[in-house]
Amino acid sequence: MTRRLGLSGWFWLGLTTLYFLVPLAATAEFSLKEVDGYGFSSYRFILDDPQFRDTLWQSFQLSLLTVAISLAIFVPAVYWVNLRYPGIRRVVEFLSVLPFVVPPIVLIVGILYIYKASWLPEWVLGNPRYLVPGYVVLSFPFMYRSLDAAFRSIDVHTLTEAAQSLGAGWTTTLGRVILPNIRAGALSGAFLTLALVMGEFTMANIALFNTFPVYINYVGQTQSNPAAALTIISFGITWFAMIGILLLGRRPGRGAIQVGGAR
Amino acid sequence: MATRAETLGAVRPEQTGSGRRRLSLGWLGVAPFFLWAGLFLIAPAIALFFGAFQTEEGEFTGRFVSQLLDEPYRTGYIQSVKISIITAALGGLIGVFTAYAALSPAAPRRIRSALTTFSGVAANFGGVPLAFAFISTLGTVGLVTRWLDSIGLHLYDRGFTLFSFTGLCIVYLYFQIPLMVLVIAPAIDGLRAEWREAASNLGASSFEYWRRVGGPILLPSILGGMILLFGGSFAAYATAYALTSGHITFVPLQIGELIGGNVFSDPHQGYALAVGMIAVIAVAMTIYFLLDRRASRWRKGA
Repeated sequence: MTRRLGLSGWFWLGLTTLYFLVPLAATAEFSLKEVDGYGFSSYRFILDDPQFRDTLWQSFQLSLLTVAISLAIFVPAVYWVNLRYPGIRRVVEFLSVLPFVVPPIVLIVGILYIYKASWLPEWVLGNPRYLVPGYVVLSFPFMYRSLDAAFRSIDVHTLTEAAQSLGAGWTTTLGRVILPNIRAGALSGAFLTLALVMGEFTMANIALFNTFPVYINYVGQTQSNPAAALTIISFGITWFAMIGILLLGRRPGRGAIQVGGAR
Repeated sequence: MATRAETLGAVRPEQTGSGRRRLSLGWLGVAPFFLWAGLFLIAPAIALFFGAFQTEEGEFTGRFVSQLLDEPYRTGYIQSVKISIITAALGGLIGVFTAYAALSPAAPRRIRSALTTFSGVAANFGGVPLAFAFISTLGTVGLVTRWLDSIGLHLYDRGFTLFSFTGLCIVYLYFQIPLMVLVIAPAIDGLRAEWREAASNLGASSFEYWRRVGGPILLPSILGGMILLFGGSFAAYATAYALTSGHITFVPLQIGELIGGNVFSDPHQGYALAVGMIAVIAVAMTIYFLLDRRASRWRKGA
């Protein structure tokens, strides 16, 4: 048995590494470019733009709201599926994975078709939070998988019985016994959802809301160097979220990076 | 007096008196999920189906659905399916080779963890920023374009442009390859060293091992992964929108035009296009589930 990586192995690894890194290096170079030489003027331009702060904050608020709702829906649901209703696991699993294959464009078009001006007031339709229900649906696969993995790695039955035999009610059981044990899974789902919402362009663009990715696109149509700077910042956000998950991965009930993202 | 049924029930706490209280609380636990999925996933999908067969005035019509086969929507579907098949096949193959190289016991452990980390980031990094990353790389004044110019290869004089079908294929591969690495990694980890040793003990060459053992075991997972990649790039909207400002005929961009931009367009044509997308995805998923059933046969105990 050969224990050394063959030539073709190194070839594929090298090729993919280049393919991953060259666009990043090129973007970094582009973002630092000035009329003559290099500097941080593109980044200064972005940081001075009030739209940058506004849209970034907007997207961040939307992602926090999405994470909160998604956790509030899935922690009890996955808990009870694991504890008492294994029979409906397949249904929950199917519905949770479904948004993975339903294109976001289809989802938002459907949502806009049902939830429209003929019966909804202006303050619902005009608020960027209009996007949150759809974002929560987009987070289904990530939240479900992260939490389900966490719940499977602990003994839900024993923990629940132990808590209850000591006199804990349901809220105490969930909040003080179960939750600390699945924290890593919950945080991993939260980070994935954060990355997802911070990068989500399709739904916001169709529904005409000015979120961070919509702003990046807007800048990119007119100014290419600041757009490169924004791309680096956006990559940093994704990176931050994934590193968060990886750090959690070292603990029990670990989260794994999953596939997905905004395309 | 306890009947036999009640004695049995005591083993399953949900059937006892206090259990009945828990049962109703349990439904409270899963109800929000079903409610949300119903309101914001199922209902919109069903509504789209009805919307596709209706005029703005609410009358039944098959016009919008039958127009899916006419131009420009026919080209939209063909182009979307084409880029999805090409990038799924290419990205799938490169992803498998890369994952196999990085996960083999021969590779340094550090490479393995670096690749999975980076794949996680790259697979989640997409949309508009990805488009701009490639404009900086292969755009008219991109880093690689300039470098190739300096060695005498003038890409844009030779008819290449990033803002074309070929260009988009190159960009899509940026998330397709890492996606495949993540999807296929468990299957490659499931290939056991014993199988390879057994094969070589029986006199099989490396080629014969792949032809008769490794290949057939991995194949369903590879094809299943490729179908996931197909779905990913079929649904992709942001990257193509940012790169071409919407001037390329892909179904998602056509839907966007019909719903958002043009006031003269009929949104119900957009609903029909969306239903058409669901149909294409449904076909792909059916193939995926059939393959997955085959693949899981080999995963048992692995």
